[in-house]
Amino acid sequence: MEGQIHRRNISGCGLAGMMSEDGRLMGGEAIIRSMEVLHDRSNGLGGGFAAYGIYPHKADYYALHIMYDDVKAKEETDVLLDERFEIDSEEIIPTKKSEAIPKGPLLWRYFVKPKVDFEDCGLCEEDYVIEAVMTVNSMVSGAFIFSSGKNMGAFKAVGYPEDVGKFYRLDEYEGYTWIGHGRFPTNTPGWWGGAHPFTILDWAIVHNGEISSYGINKRYLEMFGYKCTMLTDTEVVAYMFDLMLRRHNLPLEVACKALAAPFWTDIDRMKAKGNAKGDIYEALRMVYGGALLNGPFAIILGHTNGMVGLSDRVKLRPLTAARKDDMLYIASEEAAIREISPELDIVWNPKAGEPVVGELKNPVKKGSNKARELEETVA
Amino acid sequence: MKRVYAKEEVCIGCRLCEVWCRTEHSRSKNIIKAHKSEFPPPVSRVLVEELMPVSFALQCRHCDEPECVESCITGALTKDESGRVVYNEEKCVGCWTCVLVCPYGAPQRDLERKKIAKCDLCPDRDTPACVEMCPNQALVYEER
Amino acid sequence: MKTYQLPEVRIERDKDRCINCGVCVRQCAFNAHKFDEDGEVYSEDEKCVACQRCVSLCPTNALYIKDNAPFVKDNANWTAETQKYIWKQAETGGVLLTGMGNPKPYPIYWDHLVLNASQVTNPSIDPLREPMELRTYLGSKPDHIEIEMVNGEPVLRTKIAPQIMLKTPILFSAMSYGAISYNACEALGRAATELGTFWNTGEGGLHRNLYKYAPNTIVQVASGRFGVHSEYLDAAAAIEIKIGQGAKPGIGGHLPGEKVGPAVSETRMIPVGSDALSPAPHHDIYSIEDLSQLIFSLKEATEYTKPISVKISAVHNVAAIASGIARAGADIIAIDGFRGGTGAAPTMIRDNVGIPIELAIAAVDARLREEGIRNRASIIAAGGFRNSGDVIKAIALGADAVYLGTAALVAMGCHVCQKCYTGKCNWGIATQNPYLEKRLNPDIAAERLYNLVRGWSHEISEMLGGMGINAIESLRGNRLHLRAVGLSREEMDVLGVQVAGSPMA
Repeated sequence: MEGQIHRRNISGCGLAGMMSEDGRLMGGEAIIRSMEVLHDRSNGLGGGFAAYGIYPHKADYYALHIMYDDVKAKEETDVLLDERFEIDSEEIIPTKKSEAIPKGPLLWRYFVKPKVDFEDCGLCEEDYVIEAVMTVNSMVSGAFIFSSGKNMGAFKAVGYPEDVGKFYRLDEYEGYTWIGHGRFPTNTPGWWGGAHPFTILDWAIVHNGEISSYGINKRYLEMFGYKCTMLTDTEVVAYMFDLMLRRHNLPLEVACKALAAPFWTDIDRMKAKGNAKGDIYEALRMVYGGALLNGPFAIILGHTNGMVGLSDRVKLRPLTAARKDDMLYIASEEAAIREISPELDIVWNPKAGEPVVGELKNPVKKGSNKARELEETVA
Repeated sequence: MKRVYAKEEVCIGCRLCEVWCRTEHSRSKNIIKAHKSEFPPPVSRVLVEELMPVSFALQCRHCDEPECVESCITGALTKDESGRVVYNEEKCVGCWTCVLVCPYGAPQRDLERKKIAKCDLCPDRDTPACVEMCPNQALVYEER
Repeated sequence: MKTYQLPEVRIERDKDRCINCGVCVRQCAFNAHKFDEDGEVYSEDEKCVACQRCVSLCPTNALYIKDNAPFVKDNANWTAETQKYIWKQAETGGVLLTGMGNPKPYPIYWDHLVLNASQVTNPSIDPLREPMELRTYLGSKPDHIEIEMVNGEPVLRTKIAPQIMLKTPILFSAMSYGAISYNACEALGRAATELGTFWNTGEGGLHRNLYKYAPNTIVQVASGRFGVHSEYLDAAAAIEIKIGQGAKPGIGGHLPGEKVGPAVSETRMIPVGSDALSPAPHHDIYSIEDLSQLIFSLKEATEYTKPISVKISAVHNVAAIASGIARAGADIIAIDGFRGGTGAAPTMIRDNVGIPIELAIAAVDARLREEGIRNRASIIAAGGFRNSGDVIKAIALGADAVYLGTAALVAMGCHVCQKCYTGKCNWGIATQNPYLEKRLNPDIAAERLYNLVRGWSHEISEMLGGMGINAIESLRGNRLHLRAVGLSREEMDVLGVQVAGSPMA
């Protein structure tokens, strides 16, 4: 891991996501099959998945998935975790040995709660968790927390995505949202942590593209205390969503318009017509210029309450969406969707910069238990 | 008709209009020959008037009611249908009457040839040489 | 006293070509060309300043100005220039005066930075076929915006501080009426208006006839307070408090009385013929809190309708100073590097004080980011920008926009002879002499300025497209698109760039 840190990895990729807006739980076989169709979009140097709703019995705990290069890294990490969290349980993440997956790091899973009581401040608690994750990832050589949300988890490795899915025995998990990714990196040997999805709290991102604005996106995030220490520009996308949605409380559609900003000619036209969105987009581009993701990308963002697909402002990477009953599908290619749902109500190619949004009909309330109780009392 | 107008606020008094007028009206049309070896030397049809810091280039105004045409004793100066005051050098006898009557002092005396010289708006060019070669666009050729 | 100074140049006249037309005689305000008694043209080398006016206007290309560097015996220390300065001062006892920017061979960091381009993994963008956005807003931005959802529709709740909008990230730098001619001001105002950018009055006030360009004018409030009145402030698009300029950090300005004719007098609000002396400091600004008071006085005076800029010269502690300025309430910080030009400066100050703008931009941008206040103020970089390559590199280092001073003058005709302070500018730019001033036709000069900035903007678009970027904000502060060639580790650290050949980190 050492020596690859601070070096960015650009890649081409395949991605797929599926979500039940009713919150129905589904096994992991479907997303694996979907990703298998996109086999040629990756080169065996990384595959991964994120699933939501998989830990209902531990839903109040942050599920930390951690890669350790060795036992020493685990020992060091455990000290840091102990200082910060009540550890409810810890275990080795179950895997199935496979020829297709090279020998990798030790894989551990912890269910934890912060030691500090944040009373009614959900934001403070989440910032605390982020700080802890960043501390471990930047301070402990050979340790990498690759998943840190509640009732969700990321699973990733070096290999083709379908093999990675089988390796992690995803058919044994049940979730209402699944996203998957296969990598075609162009410049680094595979590092397990470099595979997608990238996550922070419950945000998980899979990404196809190369972000030419990475240099400023990274420095922009650093101004808000984020440390971009990982190997792909996908990381900045995850932090960008965290910043805009969680900390700045922007509506999802608005945040997407910062990442894939409308052109000035369109904004000017809106303003001339008296469309209030013109003013919002103008303000957005002035204030969030550092957040604009410039260059080709298609992403799928998973979070507790939904899933979003988004392409860059000129759509230089493919993205297709489809709906069937309560299901929303997003993928690099329609074939990946047809594979798991041959009959569809509607299939469309979203326009450049237009987000595709899936939302749980009954959203999960976030934040600490106390915050939720407080909210309920007020309500 | 199109006439040459001076913009005195940007005339820099360099007199390049005179240089290029002489060249245009020389036999060789070569600036160095025209000025160094041609005899009789070509005479400039344009003259820069100067009283520091004011300066401007002046040439025949091609008046609507030209005094010179009225007073020319040989019919060397006529007004053609386009409105130009046309000069027929062969008919000129060098009496200088036009020089005397022109309110602008536009006709120049060609002492070697014993004839006058005056602006013909450079019939071989789209734009008169003085206008085209002015380094500061202080002359314009336009309809007003 | 017999001068020991040697002519700096030799004027060569090709007698075979010279037609004795006298254009050179009439165009030289320094009287380097003359007619002799027989009406023959001849030249006096020692008077020539090498402004090239005669060479440009000679219709037969008969003139050539040659370097007349004297032979200096075997000495790298006591160069011809060093000796010349000593002779000059031995003869006059005065301060050496000069014009324009620092000409010394300090490293030009722009020439040690190279740009990136896309290949395979990322498509480059063709600006002739695809949109390419250079629009830039200068002013203070909040660190986030607030959106409220009303009936399912987002409503903007944040009011953003006043901004000025530039169609291209290039502005014309402060050059005062007095230092430059009325026609030069007119040309700058007109070009800025046509380009959708801004020009800057310097500390010379705004001539009555130029108020028509006010929507594209940044007005300066400098230590002499010349020409400052409420209408002036109200008319402007933005107001700039001038603390210092790159050519002469730490010292004030001096417009000699000869240049103060009736129009300059009226515009600057000083008596005809009086010297206009700008003190070195503002005498109401002796510390950062005083600056804050002036910033807010100007904001109050203009009812918070326009951004306030503060211009400083790039000096050793520029990053901390800029941070203080941002915190003092400035919306824009203009930083002028040591290659920035001037109408008149003591030579020793111009050549020895201040730091290169490249390092200053990098240090200021990094510092403001470290402190989490980069959004609070825009950065305009100034000081010797020569071409679009310099501009785009400045933006990649972290500047929002760039001021052009010398380049704008050169576009209008300046040949950088450094004799602005004499008031005898043969190109009609740095003069108030009505005969010389006419030489700058504002129609031509405005067109030349427009063409220059248009050309640079096209080039910036091409380079951005090559990097796979279609909006300028994605390059701003994006130092990963820069790589260093031939710089030391320390220099690269300050610039925040990696050596060429290192991977995309």
